[in-house]
Amino acid sequence: MFGRVVAIFLSLPIFAAVALAETQVTIGYLKVETPAPKTLSNLDAIPDDLGVAGARTGLDDNQTTGKFLGQSYNFTEQFVALGEDPIAAARALLSETPYLVLSAPSEVQLAIADLPEAQAAMLFNTSSGDLSLRDANCRANLLHTLPSDAMRTDALAQVFVKKRWTDLVMITGPNAEDAAYAEAMRRSLTKFGLKLSSEKNWNFDADMRRTASQEIPLFTQEFGDYDALILADELHDFGRYVLYNTWAARPVVGSEGLTAVTWAQVIEQWGAAQLQSRFKEAHGRAMAPQDYAAWAAMRTVGEAVTRTSSADYYDVRDFVFSDDFELAGFKGRPLTYRDWNGQLRQPIAIVHPRALVASAPLDGFLHHVNELDSLGLDRPESKCKAFE
Amino acid sequence: MIRATLALLLMTTPLSAGEIWVTNEKDDTVSVISTDTLEVIQTYDTGERPRGITFSKDFSRVYICASDSDSVQVMDPDTGKILHDLPSGEDPEQFVLHPNDRHLYIANEDDAITTVVDTQSRKVIAQIDVGVEPEGMAVSPDGKIAITTSETTNMAHWIDTETQELFANTLVDSRPRHAEFAKDGAEMWVSSEIGGTLTVFDSDSQSEIAKIEFEVQGVHPDRVQPVGFKFTENDSHAFVALGPSNHVAVVNSETYEVEDYILVGRRVWHMAFNEDQTQLFTTNGVSGDVTVIDVDARKAIKSIKVGRFPWGAAYRPASHD
Repeated sequence: MFGRVVAIFLSLPIFAAVALAETQVTIGYLKVETPAPKTLSNLDAIPDDLGVAGARTGLDDNQTTGKFLGQSYNFTEQFVALGEDPIAAARALLSETPYLVLSAPSEVQLAIADLPEAQAAMLFNTSSGDLSLRDANCRANLLHTLPSDAMRTDALAQVFVKKRWTDLVMITGPNAEDAAYAEAMRRSLTKFGLKLSSEKNWNFDADMRRTASQEIPLFTQEFGDYDALILADELHDFGRYVLYNTWAARPVVGSEGLTAVTWAQVIEQWGAAQLQSRFKEAHGRAMAPQDYAAWAAMRTVGEAVTRTSSADYYDVRDFVFSDDFELAGFKGRPLTYRDWNGQLRQPIAIVHPRALVASAPLDGFLHHVNELDSLGLDRPESKCKAFE
Repeated sequence: MIRATLALLLMTTPLSAGEIWVTNEKDDTVSVISTDTLEVIQTYDTGERPRGITFSKDFSRVYICASDSDSVQVMDPDTGKILHDLPSGEDPEQFVLHPNDRHLYIANEDDAITTVVDTQSRKVIAQIDVGVEPEGMAVSPDGKIAITTSETTNMAHWIDTETQELFANTLVDSRPRHAEFAKDGAEMWVSSEIGGTLTVFDSDSQSEIAKIEFEVQGVHPDRVQPVGFKFTENDSHAFVALGPSNHVAVVNSETYEVEDYILVGRRVWHMAFNEDQTQLFTTNGVSGDVTVIDVDARKAIKSIKVGRFPWGAAYRPASHD
């Protein structure tokens, strides 16, 4: 009987053929350095390997799978320091591979996407939640594994509806990222039939001789009573001082407190504990949202190559946008790409620093095609034309 | 001698009931359920995060994967005492006992390895590189083939148990979770949690012969996630746990068609039959209970509260000693 098993192996044409035909895949990673945010606290340093660590774990996953199929993966990392030219670096990478994972400001990503060399390339945005990249400014060659700001604020708005927190107030920081988040939040509140009863801007001219913790009660006293306080503080400057210092004893949500993220170290269901521990063992720190986005980008290419047995750009792209594509992303549902703007559909985690509170879409938020499309720009809303 | 004792018991006392042993992943315990009274009759402490559970052939030993203790524990099921630990490699999640009653094939989830341990010499006799996050484990009835499925690599890895080497790797849908041989080893079935399917392979050619899909009324397809499954004794039907859809599907193994869906507890995971297969016990991770299904009526008849996150289930007959 056992001899038979061996004979089967030797005469198994499909498997043997796959094993012999070595498929080589190269994936590039481009990180463009941005100025460090000026924050009140230095408690949480931004890791030097933010993002690329996730890509490396994705590469490991691809390679382990690939070795059983005669597929091998090369990975080229390129870091662009402040003041250096990211376009030249992108060109160099695009001469090696059509698959490029990007961690860069949105305007740099657009410039790269518009390069002639990038027209038959698959670029992955893993760093920007900028809604316009999924809207009028979309590009057919730019996919987004990081959720848009709107997906994250829609997730929180679902929580507000579910918990009946209808009287909402917001404090917005002075940075462009804060303003974008606040705008996304206003859009989400309108979408889910909610509104802000009051808004304030974080005032840097406040008397900083007093500590922030002494200022917050005064600063928030004017809000009077409300159900929840939303913070738009995407650079994590002042938000951490707001919690437990507000005049009214109310939950803080948004950029701090109860947050909506694509990934956090408190996610442990759906097999996530395994990805977390693999990541931590390899990189000595917890996996952050940008790491997850880079991991998902690597795995997208890996999954397509595995299933098509091809490293060809056109084969991979066709597969990624086909009904057969699904990425197991440790979030309890298969992840797929929206064919109207290239955004990866994904559940959004509602977390506080110590636990997962909920996973959006929350129960009861239905959608006629896919419940995940209750988060972010749905097909009729998006002004993106590039995918048509 | 054993027969004599049993005969004596039968004459003097009513036959004691069988037991369903359930590992409670978040309580570090096993719950023992009487198949007669359908109540928890014992709770024993285990190592950290117990998941896979299986008995030796004579039911004198129970093996428990204590995942976070990085060991397989060997327990005396009569006393609940841990007799010793077996080396298991890191993070053992699930295992299968070879028909030789000696070799355990263990999936080491964090290490992309299948470890083979000799339960007698208590030594690791082989470690086999497999895909990322191995979990599902099966062995053919003749003992010649062992299977490991890997969750992130999305494959079934076919292991030649003589050489302890892989001889085939077959792709399945996303996140394969569980594997079983059927029909005297002629078929090998794999469940894919995220893919939402069961793939049926012909064992001789390792080629796919059927794919089974599920559709639970009122539940979004994304949440219909097949995980653990078990065949009835004659392999005529498979009972398939569908995870967060909170249903168990009944699949006809001849036609590969789904005949029924049975509502059970939340996030149903693994299961075990009683002796005569009139009852099926499913572990429901989120609701922390075990559902008892009347197999003929295909209906849930009772929920039994166990520990937190019940995971594995194994049957131990009454006539074990």
